[in-house]
Amino acid sequence: MKSADKATAGAFPPDEVGLRDVLRDRRMCICVGTGGVGKTTSAAAIAIGLAADGRRVALVTIDPSRRLAGALGLSELSNEPQLLSSEHLAPVGIALRGEVWAMVLDPKRTFDELITRLAPDERARERVFANHIYRELSGAVGGSHEFTAIAKLYELDRDGGYDAIVLDTPPARNALEFVRAPQRLMQFFDVPALRLLLAPAGFGARVASHAAAPALALLRRLVGVDLLTEIALFFGAVGGSISGFRERARAVEALLHDPATVCVLVSSPRGEAVRESLSFARALRDADLPLGALIVNRVHEEPARAADLDAVEAALVPALGARLSRQVSASLADSQRRAQRDQIGIGRLRAELGDLPLTVVAQIDGPVGDLEMLGAVARRLFGEPVQAP
Amino acid sequence: MFAHQHAALFAHDPGIPASISQRIASEAMEDRTTAPPAPGTTPRAGLALEQRLVFVLGKGGVGRTTMAAALGLLYAHRGARTVIAELSGRGELLSAFGRPPTDPASPAPNDEIEVIERLYAVQIEPDRALAEYLHEQLPLRVLADVFGATRTLGFLAAATPGLAELLSAGKIWELAQPERIIPGARPYERVIVDAPASGHSIALLAAPQAFARTARTGPIARQAARISEALLDRTQTALLAVATPEEAAVSELLELQEALRRELGRELDTVLVNAMPPARFEDGDARVLEDALAGGAALSEDVRRALARAIADDRELRAARTQVERLAGALPGTPLIELALSRGGEFGAAELQTLAQGLGEAL
Repeated sequence: MKSADKATAGAFPPDEVGLRDVLRDRRMCICVGTGGVGKTTSAAAIAIGLAADGRRVALVTIDPSRRLAGALGLSELSNEPQLLSSEHLAPVGIALRGEVWAMVLDPKRTFDELITRLAPDERARERVFANHIYRELSGAVGGSHEFTAIAKLYELDRDGGYDAIVLDTPPARNALEFVRAPQRLMQFFDVPALRLLLAPAGFGARVASHAAAPALALLRRLVGVDLLTEIALFFGAVGGSISGFRERARAVEALLHDPATVCVLVSSPRGEAVRESLSFARALRDADLPLGALIVNRVHEEPARAADLDAVEAALVPALGARLSRQVSASLADSQRRAQRDQIGIGRLRAELGDLPLTVVAQIDGPVGDLEMLGAVARRLFGEPVQAP
Repeated sequence: MFAHQHAALFAHDPGIPASISQRIASEAMEDRTTAPPAPGTTPRAGLALEQRLVFVLGKGGVGRTTMAAALGLLYAHRGARTVIAELSGRGELLSAFGRPPTDPASPAPNDEIEVIERLYAVQIEPDRALAEYLHEQLPLRVLADVFGATRTLGFLAAATPGLAELLSAGKIWELAQPERIIPGARPYERVIVDAPASGHSIALLAAPQAFARTARTGPIARQAARISEALLDRTQTALLAVATPEEAAVSELLELQEALRRELGRELDTVLVNAMPPARFEDGDARVLEDALAGGAALSEDVRRALARAIADDRELRAARTQVERLAGALPGTPLIELALSRGGEFGAAELQTLAQGLGEAL
């Protein structure tokens, strides 16, 4: 990599194609991908690229992932958006003409806020907060994370005054768990037996005459009356805000399919990650979600021409001795093998996703600082920063 | 001091099925770079995971599925009827045993598939676990209503926080019963769980307890309490966490331990450090390598490349050791096992085999 002038920061060159083209008219960039592929760093680099171009960007991640603060070279981030100072990225040679506001969503707190906002009155709100299920489970559990996150995205998009939002998605069972969360909640409120459960008057009296009665009777028997009561109270309490939830879920759904939304798939070239990325890509396309670009991180690169390992070893023996020469040659042999393996992985991604712009980000050797890493990834994605004339 | 061992992974095991052995042999032929084992490490007794149920936990991308598969292979080779339960819903486990996810023979969720002798794989889906639960709970005369109840309860499970996790935990518990609850199902001696990524794993382990408290009475309360008791009992259930020797993975593992302690009062039973770089270089080598690179204007490009690579590898090794020390220092009572970096590349039979062997020597 060319080493940039670190004393003065520059903007990214204007003529890059690929990822930047994909992001040009988008307001919402959702970074998806399996764990351990550098998704958080990629999301941060995208936010920085957009801000370098002059946009006002919200960069959002979801607890329990605490990586974002680290990736940005900060010690801490919170539920409140925090502005990345303009001097912050100067050491890695990147100037921001716009702004990056970073935040880590705390799902429990965000859900509390949502209830507070949607509940019709204080009593309804207190009923939700006092509910056992809500207290024990709402913060810890899958599903609520996803719903909370996209509900928050919707809010940021509508009220935040940002030009773009970049989301680092949480680890999920699959790509769609995230985008299905609003649907799931909406469905729930539409099931007849559950509507009965939610009926304000004691449901027992109304059950007898209703078609869903047998199912409900079974539920009571299976789930146990106490739990069912708690669940009914939970949804009854939340249900006071049903129309708000419904409206919210629908709006979020619409936002996901808006032409201004794009998904960026982040992968590594390793076998497991490639397989998972391909299945993510298929799932996104099946769900009609716009997959716009592919980033392949942590790629080991070696020149195409393989070195003659025996010759290398022999040449080193006079200076290093037999043992060390052998280890050096072994080290290079491993590196060449890794590079080969990574090319195979990239080949498989290209074969299936060849229509997407693909950016390869090289593995960075040795322990480097987070900010340095972020700068390097941003350069790969957006080009070498240049000084304004 | 911490327990600390390095498994020598590159020996060969006669007890491996022929197809796998061959693939290993052909890889070994082209392998000219076997690393020497780390000096000065000795196996420590008492690491054996005797529990019937083993959860494999850790951050995404550290090799959880690989470790679960290797552990399964190890137990099966030792003669135990073993099942690996995958909760990530990705079908990775089957591809580890040479079945592509698109294979028409791929199983429906919750089907227990024999992948090699004595070793089974199952993908756990909460919806299917729910259907099984209903069938088991209900007398025949009400079966006509099961569809409606399943559908209703399915929506309930999808929307009620924690219910899907409870159902998954229940299915895992069922797999581990000495007498299975599913009619006609044979018991397993070992159940290995390829758990979801860290935060979701806590939700999975905590859900039974939370429901036992919330429901108080009724069948779910009783069952949740039994499941919770089994999961939290160290003699029945082992919690094994995987990390790579990198800052982020180590930090997340330590956060996982914190959360386990806080929410469940549980300690990790064993930590596996996966992908340790080979210990090729000794103290002082770095200096010699740097001098050679600096002083060698006449060196060929290949030689310069090799030296630069070696210097980078040496740094990486030292950084990895720093992370292992950090981990060991923060978890003084927890056995720590190091496993070598896989150099073959593809996640496949050979890699699994060497890992299983390494685990076998450590456990």
